[in-house]
Amino acid sequence: MARAQFRVWRGDSQSGHFDEYQTEVAEGMVVLDAILQIQAEQANDLALRWNCKAGKCGSCSAEINGHPRLMCMTRMRDLPLDQPIQVEPLKAFPPVKDLVTDVSWNFRAKKTVKKFKPRPPDAQDGTWRMTQDEVDRVQEFRKCIECFLCQDVCHVLREHQLQEQFVGPRLMVYTAALEMHPLDVEDRAKDLKEAHGVGYCNITKCCTKVCPEEITITDNAIIPLKERVVDEYYDPLRRLWQKLKGE
Amino acid sequence: MGQYQVHEHDVLVIGAGGAGLRAAIEASAGGVSVGLVCKSLLGKAHTVMAEGGIAAALANVDDRDSWKVHFADTMRGGQYVNNWRMAELHAQEAPACVRELESWGALFDRTHDGRILQRNFGGHQYPRLAHVGDRTGLEMIRTLQDHGIHLGIEVHMECAVVALLKSGDRVVGALCYDRERGRFRVFRAKAVVLATGGIGRAYKITSNSWEYTGDGHSLAYRAGAELIDMEFVQFHPTGMVWPPSVRGILVTEGVRGEGGVLRNKEGRRFMFDSIPDLYKNQTSTDDEEGWRYTQGDKNARRPPELLTRDHVARCIVREIKEGRGTEHQGVYLDISWIKERLPHAEEHIKRKLPSMYHQFKQLADIDITRQPMEVGPTTHYMMGGIRVDADSQMSTVPGLFAAGECGAGLHGANRLGGNSLSDLLVFGKRAGVHAAQYAKEHGAAAVDESQIDEEMRLALAPFERGAQGENPYQIEHELQDRMQELVGIVRQEGEMQRALEIIHQLEARRQRVGVTGNREFNPGWHTALDLRNMLAVSEAVTRAALERQESRGAHFREDYPNKDPEAGKFNVAVRQGADGRMQIERRPLEPMRPDLAQIIEEMK
Repeated sequence: MARAQFRVWRGDSQSGHFDEYQTEVAEGMVVLDAILQIQAEQANDLALRWNCKAGKCGSCSAEINGHPRLMCMTRMRDLPLDQPIQVEPLKAFPPVKDLVTDVSWNFRAKKTVKKFKPRPPDAQDGTWRMTQDEVDRVQEFRKCIECFLCQDVCHVLREHQLQEQFVGPRLMVYTAALEMHPLDVEDRAKDLKEAHGVGYCNITKCCTKVCPEEITITDNAIIPLKERVVDEYYDPLRRLWQKLKGE
Repeated sequence: MGQYQVHEHDVLVIGAGGAGLRAAIEASAGGVSVGLVCKSLLGKAHTVMAEGGIAAALANVDDRDSWKVHFADTMRGGQYVNNWRMAELHAQEAPACVRELESWGALFDRTHDGRILQRNFGGHQYPRLAHVGDRTGLEMIRTLQDHGIHLGIEVHMECAVVALLKSGDRVVGALCYDRERGRFRVFRAKAVVLATGGIGRAYKITSNSWEYTGDGHSLAYRAGAELIDMEFVQFHPTGMVWPPSVRGILVTEGVRGEGGVLRNKEGRRFMFDSIPDLYKNQTSTDDEEGWRYTQGDKNARRPPELLTRDHVARCIVREIKEGRGTEHQGVYLDISWIKERLPHAEEHIKRKLPSMYHQFKQLADIDITRQPMEVGPTTHYMMGGIRVDADSQMSTVPGLFAAGECGAGLHGANRLGGNSLSDLLVFGKRAGVHAAQYAKEHGAAAVDESQIDEEMRLALAPFERGAQGENPYQIEHELQDRMQELVGIVRQEGEMQRALEIIHQLEARRQRVGVTGNREFNPGWHTALDLRNMLAVSEAVTRAALERQESRGAHFREDYPNKDPEAGKFNVAVRQGADGRMQIERRPLEPMRPDLAQIIEEMK
């Protein structure tokens, strides 16, 4: 059985450092297995989040050798074992302890997005009719597991800390899912432009690259939302019409 | 000592999976203040893992379906020890609950005429599961979460419960600690809803996450509530078996619903070899008919792979035991063969089973559109739990309600796939309604300070022992190994007696458990506290399994391999006696209402 070296960030909200561990690597192991093994055998109080261990809940996000990944979906054999594997918490969020960060801002920001508002039912019995194509169009966005890796790599949040101005890629995907929902009739353009700051995204596509669900965040969610805002606010004909109507 | 923060709510809901969220939403609609505590972040609960779908007799795909057929299927699947009133309410109310979910934004796959599509699943006579590919649970939890956050429910994330607080006979709150800072919190409430899920972490091979430590079962038991059906633990027939690190991760029954077949290493479809009498009339006897069934032919009977989970799991165990298993001690589950029948099979599989495709590709290097999967049974679901009133979901303790997996009655000896998500919705909603009503009818009551002090003292004791104490993870792993080995799919008296001895030894070790570090986000400490619950439910499972001297549904006794009609007349109940010891009693089943008995007779 091979052994692997780990450098795991240990610390709290004030300070921290890397601790080194060695552990056995069995066939098929993922980074989460190794970290849990270290926790059980060598560092009982090592803090991390995890739940499903199958890439479905988005809890075990971390930066592995500098790359934002889900620990449960990162195979050990895809990492070079001749050097220590470095595991750190997400850097865009305030540290809590070890690999755990304070991601509560994402939950608060989500509440500011106007909720789903369906059109009146299509049938007498209070139900709606939709085609599979209509449903498929938004399924991509609804696959999101809220791992917040996209938030972690977004320059606006990570480097510039503009959480107050821009809600980040995850909530752009969330807004896109609502805006393109076949039944939704709410208008979120004003919020997108102002409170949620869609203009801050400068399309570097870093979020798309790290998404474990392979959601094409920038092209399929953010750019169409930018276009929606442009149509609403910057279309000259529309603006003339609004002026004439006294809006 | 004596340091804690106090929160007050009319209704406190413990657990934020499907049942807890649904209960909180409904209680909130009832006009009372609602607090929701959950061990993880919001939206991460195990509901997220549910893949197949929500069972509801919408009759969108086959108009012969109705609540009556769903009711009869559920009772047959549960081998008739279910609470028939719960099975009735569930079958009647599930369709409206699914439509309600759609009105809150859930998007299901569609039929050609634009309605909610339904798929086949084990034990359901007609295509009945509303679904979204194979990630229905995610769709459900996200819909409930995103709906719930706008209703004024106060959510306390990463907060775990140490004990329920009582005033006389009544439950009036809970003592919790927040995982992040390790500080105690007292929640005072007029009614408490438990929605804590299952007990899968008591076993080594499980599809369940770390959260599934039987908290609600154990909290209710210690508060004096009665548990029933604890011997009925569902082993899902298809979990991953290779590589070792993914052992137990669920492979959805939807694979078989879409035409996947089980074969042993000789290539034989062994499920044709033993079809139980109860299902003979409904099961196909050849490849051709089974395939037509999965493709929607209304005149075809279902393939034997879609028999109930208890039966399929035992057939797989038999194949492995008799030397016809695969290299890694599983059997083959093959969906790739459908390319012989369907054009564009590869795209079809990826569209219908996207997360299965992803999961095998990334974790096992298997392309399921080209190769068979290796699968074997995994601990999946707890049929047993807190005994509740069917209509109100109140337990045998006033003010304490339970919904979802930690409640019991609906599924009897074996749950049908898809009946869990509908259970969460139907009974989560009912628990919310009745908890809110109870809160309106009953004033606040004082909590018992001495109980709080004692529970906090016990919870902090592991820090005093520090590194000198027992390692909590070692106790946990040993319990998991032994429950797997001695109280698993195939059980017998001697092994289970041995398990009881081991559980008692482990309980003694638990009382000497030590943790290092401080109270801030300390998983060693959290595990030490979870152990109390895991050991209590393990003992309850073992004692109940000893009491039921027959084989029925998920409970199989090698020493009593047959069903005993006399044992079909009672549930096994577990409660704490006055001396603090676990007591086992038999509770006779209520005679079934004649109109319901007649439905079952007609559907036979």
